Amino acid sequence: MATASTASQPEPPKSAAPRFESWGRYPSLDAKVLPMHWQGDFPGIIDGVHGGALAVGMGRSYGDVCLLNDGTLLKTTGMNRLLAFDANTGLLTAEAGITLAQILDFAVPRGFFLPVAPGTKYVTLGGAIANDIHGKNHHNAGTFGCHVTQFELVRSDGTRRLCTPTENPDYFDATIGGLGLTGIIRWAQLRLRPIVSRMIDYEGTQFHGIDEFLALNEQSQHVEYTVSWVDVNSSGRNFARGIFMRGHHSNVPAPLTKSSAPKLTFPFEAPGFALNSATVGLFNTLFFHKQMKKTVTALQDYEPYFFPLDKVLHWNRMYGKRGLLQFQYVIPWEHAREGTEAILRAVSKSGLASFLAVLKAFGDAPSPGLMSFPKPGLTLALDFPIKPEKSFALFKRLADMTREFGGRLYPAKDAAMTPSQFRTFYPQWERFARYKDPVLTSAFWERVTGGEVAQ
Amino acid sequence: MSKTGAVDPSTQEPLLPLRAASEFAAPTPRVPKRILVLGATSGIAETCCRLWAERGDSLFLVARSPEKLAAVAADLHTRGAAFVGTTVANLDDTAAHPELLAHAINSLAGLDIAFLALGVLGDQAQAERNFARAAEILHTNFVAPVSLLTWLGNYCAQRHAGTLAVLSSVAGDRGRKSNYVYGSSKAGLSAFLGGLRNRIDREGVRVMTIKPGPVKTAMTEGMQGSEKFADVDKVATTIVKSIDAGQDVLYVPGIWRVIMAVIRIIPEQIFKKLNL
Repeated sequence: MATASTASQPEPPKSAAPRFESWGRYPSLDAKVLPMHWQGDFPGIIDGVHGGALAVGMGRSYGDVCLLNDGTLLKTTGMNRLLAFDANTGLLTAEAGITLAQILDFAVPRGFFLPVAPGTKYVTLGGAIANDIHGKNHHNAGTFGCHVTQFELVRSDGTRRLCTPTENPDYFDATIGGLGLTGIIRWAQLRLRPIVSRMIDYEGTQFHGIDEFLALNEQSQHVEYTVSWVDVNSSGRNFARGIFMRGHHSNVPAPLTKSSAPKLTFPFEAPGFALNSATVGLFNTLFFHKQMKKTVTALQDYEPYFFPLDKVLHWNRMYGKRGLLQFQYVIPWEHAREGTEAILRAVSKSGLASFLAVLKAFGDAPSPGLMSFPKPGLTLALDFPIKPEKSFALFKRLADMTREFGGRLYPAKDAAMTPSQFRTFYPQWERFARYKDPVLTSAFWERVTGGEVAQ
Repeated sequence: MSKTGAVDPSTQEPLLPLRAASEFAAPTPRVPKRILVLGATSGIAETCCRLWAERGDSLFLVARSPEKLAAVAADLHTRGAAFVGTTVANLDDTAAHPELLAHAINSLAGLDIAFLALGVLGDQAQAERNFARAAEILHTNFVAPVSLLTWLGNYCAQRHAGTLAVLSSVAGDRGRKSNYVYGSSKAGLSAFLGGLRNRIDREGVRVMTIKPGPVKTAMTEGMQGSEKFADVDKVATTIVKSIDAGQDVLYVPGIWRVIMAVIRIIPEQIFKKLNL
């Protein structure tokens, strides 16, 4: 903090703080991290700093939307106050750095739940808006941004705007899914949904192949939560086998206690060879057959149902030092079936191990977000350990296939899409760029626009 | 609820309806504590306040910045505090203390706990060369709390009730070259608290000296090794529990009791040559 010290005084010893990492731990970029504690900290906090700035939260996006090279990352998690709650309407107002975990700790004992729950609760409210995240109820609830009623945006010149669907609607739409580039969200208001129990009525059904999956999906339109796990390593008779998981909030009143803190931490970086096609294939076979019967029903707490991986902090260390590469597409219904089959075959043939492959049908509910990722069709999320000689080639091939099938990739999970792919996926990007704050930027944005955007 | 010896008879419910109610209803709800927090926007104070708010206590907050104070108050109100009052004040102004404290206690309709969290880390390098800087640190960390505690000590002693919980620091246990101005302000505060406790504990007033080790808060940001500092949530949980228990001197995290015991017994001949 050169601005704070006087000329005669030596700089305080620079703390050897670890680099800010995204969840995929790739790429690894060097940026200064300044913590924000108060809504008024920005833009004063970036006075005199050189290079771009970007608000970041928990670093749970996988690629480089939350990274910067040689800039200043503003970590918002100290800005986590609740500002108002109306138990009649479920409207919760909070500072943008609050995490969904902290919101749940507050809301669940009061009989409320997130309107859209992603796969981890360790993301901030601001991050959830900036990436317009989705969950297992996308087919009937839409994205997270569909439940945001208003927020306040502050620009690097100090201008503050209240954004709602009717007030500053253009900034409202650009900021939802706007990757943190339109300004800093000081606070936001979210409509929670009521629950009477922590429990989820769960039903898991085995399927073999995309057609069986699509049939189950067709029957499940009325079900609140649907998602499927797919085995992408098996071929032949077992090709695209998986488990279709349905769930809804239990209607039987039960105690609404607060969740306990996780106790497990993945203790070390696994060696690079730990995840290979043999170990992952074994995992996938065990996972498929853990469910012995065609259909299994259970009453399950919402924590393992929505956030199974949150039980182990730092589970991404399992992928070793080099990290992991995520790949998530959505392909519109027109080509969803053939596209998904073709991509699954390409993955299976590549021999690159992937578990945690998730398949889901997106619904029609439009998001207000200008740059929002979801659209009607099938979405598939995969992750691969990074093996430099193979992973990026495969990723490029899958991204090109996605483009041929009229789909697009999810920036929050991306570390490798090319500028030309990005422009095909998001043709509205130039309109969006008009709302971008001149000081705010991200490694992702620099990469996919190639620094071509005139300010 | 309260561990203090004397109980104000006017707050006692009549015995008969209480017994009758307990046979039908859930256990009698706890009476909210009335808590005055001085320096309420400091990291440790705010985190303690969240715990108090979640259990439904009444809070009166004093801090310097109106924007920060408003955000903290909104948070505590939302979390369930029975009452949240605020006053913006610069606590360095000791002349304003009596009026401020009287207003706060009137707003709370009494006082069960006063939590003093005002303090600055200061800049040791500047304070070494410039007495004015050193005097500022001593004033905020020592003189101002002494003014507040003198008033509060007498108020509580007269009523034979109340807890005065004060944030000092392990840095006050022995002067070190890296922060002896801050350390001496806290040493003075700890000594003052020891004496005050010796005087008014017998009147039924708990005086508590809280000595945190380095804690991850806004105050310690950018310090070397700050990512290894204690978690503020855990520290606050311990403080809130220990205030309820009426502990005299609290080292938090507890390991600092051992560390400081070792540091205190190092002979001066050796200590003066160390780089601490």
